[in-house]
Amino acid sequence: MNGMDNRLINWFHFSSPQTFYPLAGKLMPWFAVLAALFGIAGLYLGFFVAPTDAQQGEGYRIIFVHVAASWMSMFLYLVMAFWAALCLGFNTRLSGMMASAVAPTGAMFAFLSLWTGALWGKPMWGTWWVWDARLTSELILLFLYLGYIALQSAIDDPRRADKAGAVLAIVGVINVPIIYFSVKWWNTLHQGASVSLTKSPSMAQTMLWGMLLMALCFWMYAIAVVLQRVRAIILERERHAGWVEHLKEVAK
Amino acid sequence: MLEASHLECQRGEKTLFRDLSFQLDQGVCLMVQGANGSGKTSLLRMVCGLSTPAQGEIRWRGAPIRALAEDYRCELLYCGHAGAVKEDLTALENARIAAALAGQPVDDDEAREALRHLGLKGREDLPARVLSAGQKRRVALSRLLLEKRKLWVLDEPLTALDKAAVAKLCGIIDAHLAQGGMAMLTSHQDLSLAAGRVEYLRLD
Amino acid sequence: MKNPHWFAALAGVVRRDILLAARRKSDVLTTLFFFVIVVSLFPLGIGPEMDMLRQIAPGVLWVAALLATMLSLNRLFATDYADGTLEQMGLSAVPLGVLVVGKVFAHWLLSGLPLVLLAPVLGLQFDLAPRALVVLMAALAIGTPVLSLIGAIGAALTLGVRGGGVLVSLLVLPLYIPVLIFGAGAVEADISGLGPAAHLSLLAAILAATAFFGPWATTVALRIALE
Repeated sequence: MNGMDNRLINWFHFSSPQTFYPLAGKLMPWFAVLAALFGIAGLYLGFFVAPTDAQQGEGYRIIFVHVAASWMSMFLYLVMAFWAALCLGFNTRLSGMMASAVAPTGAMFAFLSLWTGALWGKPMWGTWWVWDARLTSELILLFLYLGYIALQSAIDDPRRADKAGAVLAIVGVINVPIIYFSVKWWNTLHQGASVSLTKSPSMAQTMLWGMLLMALCFWMYAIAVVLQRVRAIILERERHAGWVEHLKEVAK
Repeated sequence: MLEASHLECQRGEKTLFRDLSFQLDQGVCLMVQGANGSGKTSLLRMVCGLSTPAQGEIRWRGAPIRALAEDYRCELLYCGHAGAVKEDLTALENARIAAALAGQPVDDDEAREALRHLGLKGREDLPARVLSAGQKRRVALSRLLLEKRKLWVLDEPLTALDKAAVAKLCGIIDAHLAQGGMAMLTSHQDLSLAAGRVEYLRLD
Repeated sequence: MKNPHWFAALAGVVRRDILLAARRKSDVLTTLFFFVIVVSLFPLGIGPEMDMLRQIAPGVLWVAALLATMLSLNRLFATDYADGTLEQMGLSAVPLGVLVVGKVFAHWLLSGLPLVLLAPVLGLQFDLAPRALVVLMAALAIGTPVLSLIGAIGAALTLGVRGGGVLVSLLVLPLYIPVLIFGAGAVEADISGLGPAAHLSLLAAILAATAFFGPWATTVALRIALE
């Protein structure tokens, strides 16, 4: 009982920007290091160790980055919706800041996924873009991210921007499965490009490990970047608070 | 019946007021005074429940207004700066539709009676577009007569009104207070209400 | 005051919006003209071969319907917000959600229903078969309320915000995609002989879900805008 009380108190202790700021600062370098380690391991496996694919030659190797980026873009949208729900439910400033901090990274991964998908597709299908279900869904996910970012930047008052963005993020997250389902439906009905990851021949162990390592790398990177960004957001929003003026990076 | 404790209002990065507390009882009119930009309108909107104070709480009959929601709103009447008068509708239509939207529909006769009492006789069927600013304000104020609410929150109700209309409005507020109602309003002009029923709240 | 009259308030909102639109017909008519013009742009841009036009017709008509609905969204809440009427709705003894349902219904009557009635006429320009035209009307009849419901959320989020019109498009068009896919798909399924039943039922399911969640999300967004 005592142990639980301590943990409960600790959780809420870090929910104010003032206490979270130093915590984020301390944690960020660790995640950056982890990201670098996983990244090196994953890229090594992907580009040097994994065997040449029988059908796709060397060009397939970009899928390590492509698949990991897709996973992260979808995962980060869920994370963003989680913080959005907290922002609306508990009305804490930090939840709103966290949701805004996640969005640009999520958008970046969606963009990376599309771009690497195109790089993979060109040698495979001969065109830079194919309207298959996964790529099209990824494109729509990018639109959802961009809409969120556009809404936040258009609203001047940060509190209102956070709450409005939160509503949009939650509406978006409910729609993502519907959109994905409808795009799959659309694609199969029109017998569009059926070349996708799931149809490629079974992957060797090393390929799977490579993708997993890249996914972990991106995850650690995302956490590091989000922590850094939320620190910047905290500094900007709370710049008139007393504690900010005493920080060594702010004090002249 | 209305209690506010330790209210704090922030607009952008400025704190307009802090640690503001007051009480409003039946039969009392609370005049909120302060310079332009001191947060009078923000305070009134907080009392209505439209905006949330950064700190503090407002209670109606002992319960927080956040929790009461509709139960509070059905006893409240707010006349804001913007008149909530539709230019394309006639004065009569405006009065009837405002009442219907508030959940208390009235018929033609009642609406005409209220408009006439406020000096709009003969103008009830004109589109609000052709009415003067003072006349539009009177259409907005007709709700005071049509909707029977306990707490009146009025933001600059005297704007654009001439002397006769001001006197009429004071009479209406007096009658309301006499029946056990309450009012909270801001105004740059002085209201001549029956003595002993007015309290003042300064914000600055 | 006990027992606020919900239904009178709902009917009052619908009547009011229709009355206002009737007194200022240009808003509704310009949206319809936009629909007609956009539909005509496609053959002009692509070419007049009837075979190809017949193929692209469902998609073209639906995209034009989406864009026309989007244009009409900015007058859903904006004037009420500007003249203080929205504030009064937020303070009504009747829950704001009820009034939102009324406003969205009125919006559909003024923007969606005319599209449903006009689309078959335009469909003739693309040589769609009569049965396909009926399916088109049915799909639009189920789909346009969804467009109004989702659009209301976008309109509420962007009240009083810079760049409102274009911003609403960015927010709302991705959310419209499932309606587009199933709506156009229904007509295509009918043309190809597969039957539109599956598509229409999916559209109906989306309508049911949106009718339930949409007004709630819109109310939350409106309260944020009113703060």
